[in-house]
Amino acid sequence: MDNFLLQLLLFCTAAIIAVPLARKCGLSSVLGYLLAGVVIGPFGLSLMGDVESVMHFTEFGVVMMLFLIGLELKPSLLWRMRTPILGMGGMQVVGTALVIGLIGWFFVPWQTALVVGLTVSLSSTAIVLQTMREKGTMETSSGRAVFSILLFQDLAVIPILSILPLLALSSVPGRFSSGEAALLDISSLPTMWRVVATLGAIGSISVIGKYLARPIFRIIAATRVREIFIAVALAMVVGISLLMMVVGLSPALGAFLAGLVLADNEYRYELESDIDPFKGLLLGVFFISVGASLDFLFIGHHLLLIAALVVGLLLVKGLILYGVGFLFHTPREVRSYLAAALCQGGEFAFVLFEFSRSNGVLTDKVITPCISAVIISMFLAPLFFMLQERLTGRSGNEEQQREADAIKERGARVILSGFGKVGADVGRFLLSTGIRPVIVEPDAGHVATLRRFGFEVYYGDVGRLELLEAAGAAEAELLVVTDRDPEKARALIALAREHFPQLKIAASASDRSAVYDMMDIGVSALRRETFGGAVELGREVLVRLGFRRYEAYCLTRLFRHQAEAFLPKLYHAHRGQSTAEYQLLYRRHTSRIAALLQARGENNVGQNEKAWAASRGED
Amino acid sequence: MNKILLLLAHPAFGRSVANTALYSAVEGMEGVTCRDLYDLSPDFFIDVKKEQELLLAHDIIIQQYPLYWYSTPSLLKEWTDLVFEHGWAYGHDGHALRGKYFMQAITTGSEAESYTLGGQSSMPLVSYLAPQRATARLCGMHWLPPFVDAGVHYESRAVLAREGQRYRRLLEALQQCSQLLQLAEKYQIADGPVPEANALDRDLLKGELNG
Repeated sequence: MDNFLLQLLLFCTAAIIAVPLARKCGLSSVLGYLLAGVVIGPFGLSLMGDVESVMHFTEFGVVMMLFLIGLELKPSLLWRMRTPILGMGGMQVVGTALVIGLIGWFFVPWQTALVVGLTVSLSSTAIVLQTMREKGTMETSSGRAVFSILLFQDLAVIPILSILPLLALSSVPGRFSSGEAALLDISSLPTMWRVVATLGAIGSISVIGKYLARPIFRIIAATRVREIFIAVALAMVVGISLLMMVVGLSPALGAFLAGLVLADNEYRYELESDIDPFKGLLLGVFFISVGASLDFLFIGHHLLLIAALVVGLLLVKGLILYGVGFLFHTPREVRSYLAAALCQGGEFAFVLFEFSRSNGVLTDKVITPCISAVIISMFLAPLFFMLQERLTGRSGNEEQQREADAIKERGARVILSGFGKVGADVGRFLLSTGIRPVIVEPDAGHVATLRRFGFEVYYGDVGRLELLEAAGAAEAELLVVTDRDPEKARALIALAREHFPQLKIAASASDRSAVYDMMDIGVSALRRETFGGAVELGREVLVRLGFRRYEAYCLTRLFRHQAEAFLPKLYHAHRGQSTAEYQLLYRRHTSRIAALLQARGENNVGQNEKAWAASRGED
Repeated sequence: MNKILLLLAHPAFGRSVANTALYSAVEGMEGVTCRDLYDLSPDFFIDVKKEQELLLAHDIIIQQYPLYWYSTPSLLKEWTDLVFEHGWAYGHDGHALRGKYFMQAITTGSEAESYTLGGQSSMPLVSYLAPQRATARLCGMHWLPPFVDAGVHYESRAVLAREGQRYRRLLEALQQCSQLLQLAEKYQIADGPVPEANALDRDLLKGELNG
């Protein structure tokens, strides 16, 4: 336990120091983590315990990342991407494996060369996606192309695992097993049943995601115990991973599938913001352990060999990626982006090399230099992103702006926080005018009811930065704050102002003192939530008492305008003067309005209708 | 029998002695639909479809209002702007009002004499109804000269009541009249002088009770 806590402290401290430093130098956080790993690793301060098991455990961050990506992706979009996924991805993997296999044939038997080629053809999903998210290039055409290829690589792991044993030089009594199917081993079943089990697993993910997830989330959310909701989210991702391992599929792929199924779930934002920190931490530690596993002693002894391997790997992969981009008629900057983003080896290489070792496909003599080369290439990956940006003089972000029209279509202009007594009517009104706000409501029970009435409402609390961001605060124009207690409302407004200064604020305040509180922080689009309804009710009372409707209307209008006009004075008195003075001013204000509304001139004509009832004297 | 739609527009009707006298004299008449616009649309929201259906269901449209600044109260202008839609009341396919009769019933504070050359208002009263005449023409309606109760500031209750009776009789005559078309043709926009206020009295009520 002590040891675990010590390790945790170590990782956190390393990350806390290295990541801000890296960001300060304009490097990606991934590079910061990697460097932190080197520093605390066996060749640095030697503070880290069992690097390999840490790496193995934290690989789970990749699974979570793919789950999150699935959440953000619509199945229809994925279907449109089928050509780049199969075509570009397939060509890249097969091409890289063949070319590296051919080159390797000069030095080692062709089987060995081909296995190495297949293994290093896979790139680092973790590094690439993390870097692209950081740079905000996921939504660009370059980002999509990169993502397509990564997705294919994830799929390719499965057939590669089944081909490898066939390429073994010496037959070792190893059977097909990734060594991960801990709970249940279905590999002993006949082929047909294995297929059935696999399809069943995928099918159950779809069915659960589509029909069961919503009621489960609803029940859990209704308990209002936040950590239980997080627990459910985590349990779901972990459960899917285990299920996938049992049937011999990539857990990352399963998680991606689950994310995809849940993409149109109303608890999507909540899931996203719950899983995201775990993913971030796990990946961070994973990168640290990659940095720590660099074997400097070995590299020092075989400097030339390693250097040749790294350069060869980057060059071959880069050229093939550029060629694939060329064959698929992508624009020039997309080709160079592909080459820069995906030319490194990836974390799957660790798994595949380990698998090859245990199945007697490769020997340590081959594996050790290759793993070092892969790690170094991963190390260089963030640098290649920077290099590509420098050379093309175009960062992915600029490209994103070019595509922003399409994104804006999807992005809502308004975020509506709260769909309660005030928010519901504001929301219904906006929807009627054709403005579709992203509606986020913190009461789960309420969300369930609203959905039955056909409202697209998301459960969550935008008072949390991740959720505010997930709701699209970076692109939205306006945040409407309703149905919150004054303190939470002010906190939300402060949060929004700090992180999204472009976001305009409109707010409802529950009472007069809440109005003053809002005025303190300079909110000007402000309404006291009960005022409008109360005045309207007053108008009904007048009509029932026999006032003509138009007169009643004019009186409420006058009252409303007087109240609004006097608000700044009352506010300043409330803030700057004594309570007694404020009360005096309030009383004066009340009697002033009364005098105005009851003013009766000649012939008992009211102030507001003097114009309509001109008499002899005024003719 | 011609069906009459009477549209009253007075923002302070409760305090108007003259318009109350006129309106109460005709309210409830068989074949006359009375609508108090300021009471029906206090916030200026106008149900255009409903107003149009009512127009279609009647033959004679009378707008009753006090003359404010030589024009209509603002709601009546709003009403006209919205209800006389392009493609419905006018324009290529706008024939809904064609053949109907369009008339104003007006009260003025100052006396009839002020609406003469050299008077306070310097022009004949009916010349201020040019917009209404042109509107009728554009929509294919037949405009009829107005009922006018001028100088209501100076009228006694008895006079006002008599004006109410005159108003009622005029409406009855309009309902019964089978030769409205010939009557209207007399008052088409032409080069000559504008018709007199209350010209219909002569035509329909044979000059009796001219107030």
